[in-house]
Amino acid sequence: MAEEKKEEPKEEKVEKQAEEKDTKKDKSDKEETTDKEEKKEGRVETDEIFVSKQVNSMIFSVLSPQMIKKMASAKVVTPELYDKEGYPVDGGLMDIRLGVIDPGLKCKTCGSKLKECSGHFGYIELARPIIHIKFVNIILNLLKCTCKDCGRILIPKNKIDKASEELDKTEKEAGIEARRQHVKEVIASMKTVNKCPWCKARQQKITIEKPTTFLENEKRLNPIEIRTRLEKISDEDLEVFGLIPKHARPDWMVLTILPIPPVTMRPSITLESGERSEDDLTHKLGDIVRINQRLFENINAGAPEIIIEDLWDLLQYHVTTFFDNNVSELPPARHRSGQPLKTVTERIKSKEGRIRHNLAGKRTNFSARTVISPDPMLNLNEVGVPIEIAMKLTVPERINDWNIEAMKNFVKNGPKKYPGANYVIRPDGKKKKLTEETIEPSLEELQPGYIIERHLLDGDIALFNRQPSLHRMSMMCHRVRVLPYKTLRLNPAVCHPYNADFDGDEMNLHIPQTEESRAEAEILMEVQTQLISPRYGLSIIGCVQDAISGNYILTKDMELSRPQAVDLLTFAGITDFSKLPKKEKISGKEVFSVLIPNDFNFTGRARHYDPSQDKKANTDKDAYVIIQDGKLISGVMDRNNLGEGSGLLLRNIHKRYGKEKAIDILGKLFRLGIGVLLKVGFTTAVSDTDLPEGAIINIRETLQNAEKEVDELISLFNNNKLEAFPGKSVKETLELKILEVLNRARNKAGELVAKHADKSTHTMVMSNSGARGNLLNLAQMAACVGQQAMRGKRIEKGYSERTLSCFKKGDLSPSAHGFIANGFKTGLNPSEFFFGAMTGRDSLMDTALRTPKSGYLYRRLSNAMQDLKVEYDSTIRDAAKRIIQFNYGEDGIDVSKSEGGILNVKRIIKTVGV
Amino acid sequence: MSIFTEYKNKLPRKILNEVKEYTKGMSEAKIKKVLAATMEEYENTKVEPGECVGVVSAESIGEPGTQMTLNTFHFAGVAEMNVTMGLPRIIEILDGRSNLKTPMMEIYLKAPYSQGKDIRKIALSIKETLLNEVVSEFMINIAENSIELRMNNEKMKELGLTENNIISSIKSGIKGYNIRSSKEAIVLKSKTKEETINKVYIDKEKIKKIHLSGVKGISQVLPVRRGEEYIIITSGTNLKAILELDYVDSTRTTTNDIFEIQKILGVEAARQSIINEVFKVIESQGLDVDIRHIMLVADTMCNSGEVKGITRYGVVSQKSSVLARASFETPIRHIIGAALIGEEDKLTSVVENVMLNQPVPVGTGLPDLVTQVKK
Repeated sequence: MAEEKKEEPKEEKVEKQAEEKDTKKDKSDKEETTDKEEKKEGRVETDEIFVSKQVNSMIFSVLSPQMIKKMASAKVVTPELYDKEGYPVDGGLMDIRLGVIDPGLKCKTCGSKLKECSGHFGYIELARPIIHIKFVNIILNLLKCTCKDCGRILIPKNKIDKASEELDKTEKEAGIEARRQHVKEVIASMKTVNKCPWCKARQQKITIEKPTTFLENEKRLNPIEIRTRLEKISDEDLEVFGLIPKHARPDWMVLTILPIPPVTMRPSITLESGERSEDDLTHKLGDIVRINQRLFENINAGAPEIIIEDLWDLLQYHVTTFFDNNVSELPPARHRSGQPLKTVTERIKSKEGRIRHNLAGKRTNFSARTVISPDPMLNLNEVGVPIEIAMKLTVPERINDWNIEAMKNFVKNGPKKYPGANYVIRPDGKKKKLTEETIEPSLEELQPGYIIERHLLDGDIALFNRQPSLHRMSMMCHRVRVLPYKTLRLNPAVCHPYNADFDGDEMNLHIPQTEESRAEAEILMEVQTQLISPRYGLSIIGCVQDAISGNYILTKDMELSRPQAVDLLTFAGITDFSKLPKKEKISGKEVFSVLIPNDFNFTGRARHYDPSQDKKANTDKDAYVIIQDGKLISGVMDRNNLGEGSGLLLRNIHKRYGKEKAIDILGKLFRLGIGVLLKVGFTTAVSDTDLPEGAIINIRETLQNAEKEVDELISLFNNNKLEAFPGKSVKETLELKILEVLNRARNKAGELVAKHADKSTHTMVMSNSGARGNLLNLAQMAACVGQQAMRGKRIEKGYSERTLSCFKKGDLSPSAHGFIANGFKTGLNPSEFFFGAMTGRDSLMDTALRTPKSGYLYRRLSNAMQDLKVEYDSTIRDAAKRIIQFNYGEDGIDVSKSEGGILNVKRIIKTVGV
Repeated sequence: MSIFTEYKNKLPRKILNEVKEYTKGMSEAKIKKVLAATMEEYENTKVEPGECVGVVSAESIGEPGTQMTLNTFHFAGVAEMNVTMGLPRIIEILDGRSNLKTPMMEIYLKAPYSQGKDIRKIALSIKETLLNEVVSEFMINIAENSIELRMNNEKMKELGLTENNIISSIKSGIKGYNIRSSKEAIVLKSKTKEETINKVYIDKEKIKKIHLSGVKGISQVLPVRRGEEYIIITSGTNLKAILELDYVDSTRTTTNDIFEIQKILGVEAARQSIINEVFKVIESQGLDVDIRHIMLVADTMCNSGEVKGITRYGVVSQKSSVLARASFETPIRHIIGAALIGEEDKLTSVVENVMLNQPVPVGTGLPDLVTQVKK
């Protein structure tokens, strides 16, 4: 295993990687070199990736001065960046030995050009030692706990074993930081703070003046003294502190030389005016080098101590802000414009920092994004790709003896004619763009072994994704279907897993480029493999909206003529009509049965199944769904059977016939439903909520009665005759009672609406089938919106003792506390409207506040559990191989393969045929 | 039953029992067939090695989080108490917080009491009573430097307290006063004469908090009928003291304070309690999350032997990989900490390998090829 040295926290990750690879190279031989050459020449990603190097592990440690010097390729001595010609100065911060950022120049260290050379470190020698801000706490700790003269730890010889034993224990329990804290306590308890038990020297009290000044007895300790003291601490003593001297000598924490990061990690930007704008880090390094030079000069010139001290402090400030520009006790270093510089710590940290932004998340090629729109004529596992996108995204395909003709055709078409190609890659790795001029020569050149990057074709594999990707179903594999127009299209049945709608949502499309990735996508991620949610073990894809309404209408009591039925089935994608009865008039149920496999049996319940009644009554109501030998004998199709979630009919088909058949049938059912709606016409109107005169009077009466009842309650309350519920005050009791009365009234109004509303309206069809909306929504439109509640109470906010200024103080009546007696159709009065707006805004706020909270919870969860996996011995372990569970979920059942999280024994017994 | 023994170690007990139940009265040959079919089906539904169950669980709990209501208080009917519910409660549990917003207990009672016998009396005796609840008025007599307490006799009767009880409680609660009872008040007179009014005032506030009766920490009680029996719901918890009461059914009585459970009943109980509490919230929100996911979260939280929250101080700090820790929060601190002890990152989990552009050892990345290299 190769040991990679990883540097101090200040260096960029990217560099580290490069470093690692370099060290590795020494070990591997010939193969390695050839591979390297290949890469150098070509520099093109081919569709074959040879993983020739793999990082096995990384070791983190503090850089020693020797190491800094060893890895540096240049010593920086001057703060100047460029000479008059704009050429980087030797020994400057942009020295070309540190890497190149200008096109045309060659790196002096490795000889490679821009983008090939990953950069090299340099160093500067600091005139005086400087404390590294990130190690201040450890330095302080060490100074406090060691002797100022002999450098030994302030624990007597005979007690050291016992102490370290105790410390080991704390480390095990509470971590290494607790250990360091504990060392201090141990020493305090030894009462040796004043006198060294080894050399008997008197100890002084050491304090710190933040950020980087150490005081001994109120007298300043300069970094030189600190460094000499730290040097004296022996390796064994360091181990007591929980420092591994091989990786982190404390004297390295006081810098004598400072590594200069490569130019490539702080490239300058050339502005339009031709002016160069340097990176923040370069600015900061410039300051450091400048002050360092001044300090050198002053020391050499023998300047007074006070001047040197001042410069020293200034250098300390610059080095500190170079590492961290957010030290609380220091003013941040700023640009001339006043905005703070972004130095090393800020670069790494936070969401936009290197780690989370560039390393844990990466950008990708071969992807597309646009608005989505629905197309039920697509299959569930297809995605409609606009032809323009299909001509930009490509799939690499290798030419062989069998496909050469087809490939030649692609090349002939070139990049501008649809089934064409954009690039040709020669076997040596050279990539050539196809343009009008290059088509001809490329065509002649083509032979097996060449790779063509051809346009997307129908049936290609693509990954389709919508943010936020909260699920594994948020990214599924679809088959490409190249279509005209400019939106990505998907079957509305797959909206649910993506949580997509078409009010302007955009989605992303990725095209896998290797055989391996395509195979994985197809086998693991394709839509049909994701039918069942791993969250609860039920289907997550089912009929939605119109498809449910349509099937409901069809199976309820529709009659069609034979040609109509054939027409409808053709629309749904059926070509075999042998199952259709040979009659003139065909019922909707018979049409529906054509889609069901012949050997399928199923019993289920429709939504309006009433468990209190017996089977027969329910069968008469068409609520008892029976499918026998593939024929729908009774029952209507609604959300309970076709929808997502419980969608039982679909679930049974999936279990019985497998995923391919399941999505095939689902797609057909979907189109069938839509076909029905296209035939009968489907819309909603205000008149859907019309009620007969009598019903309206009835509803008004109910509401008035409720109001009267509330009035009585209030007068009871006012006369102090109301009895409180246990644990509640009288006022609370009143509120609860009022709420109850009003809710009852609203429900009753709802019932009246349900009773009197015209059952044949499309609004009712939607709510009965479960396609959209419910009776409550209808009641709100037709009769009464009901009580507006905030935090489970009636509305109380507003002015003193009243909600709005149009009410009397102390008014407890329903209308003064957010009860909306009108329906949406009749219209609300101003105060009612205002109450509606209040709760509406409250719920908006709630959503806005909840999203980041739940997002953070999700992030924490996934971060904590991302490394848990099932091992070959069926235990669940984390990355350190600690056992979390012996058997997944105590029975080893995969939820996404189960039925609602269980193994359905009853069904198994049935299928065995007993 | 011999047919079943063969499958005893192959099938989970629950499934085996179900098979037993549903196949009652069937012939042995048929049962055998059923068992074989069940076995096959079970093998098919088992998780595959490499499946990253952790991520699936995180998704399953994180995804419905967006659908949960933030409403802290949830009104469960007329006669129940306010309880933290919804997302805030889930966050509270998974954070491993020891100070709950609404600590709560459900106390089950033993036989005669669970049927409603003396339920109110028991409930009241559990409730912690402080002095200021039975005192109708606190007065400071400036002239005599004394505190006079007017008692609320009605309340005292309700709680079954006598004046003598109260006086002895006050005696043990505060020092430096002579206590005597007069007709209508209890008078506390300072023993030392030089006591300032200020001090007396402070003491007056102090004696308000003197514990008179009941269980410490239980601030509210509510007897509730649940199903066939009566239980007592309390706000505030003190599991240890409650379990010691002899009329309490200690096998079913619980608290929602996970740390208290851990302290008194151990981690295993705490784990179960995490599962129950999370499941309760998710269920009450009308969401559907399989219990296995919650179990896995609870197991990760309890893996170290004590309850650790899913925070940077808890579970995440236990990770073996430096880069994985750094990619979560406070990256600089983790990298420096790692440098000090020369920590080695073996790159065995997910993010580290993503960072280095290497295959992740999970799922299809798990299988390795082992081969002998010729020297």
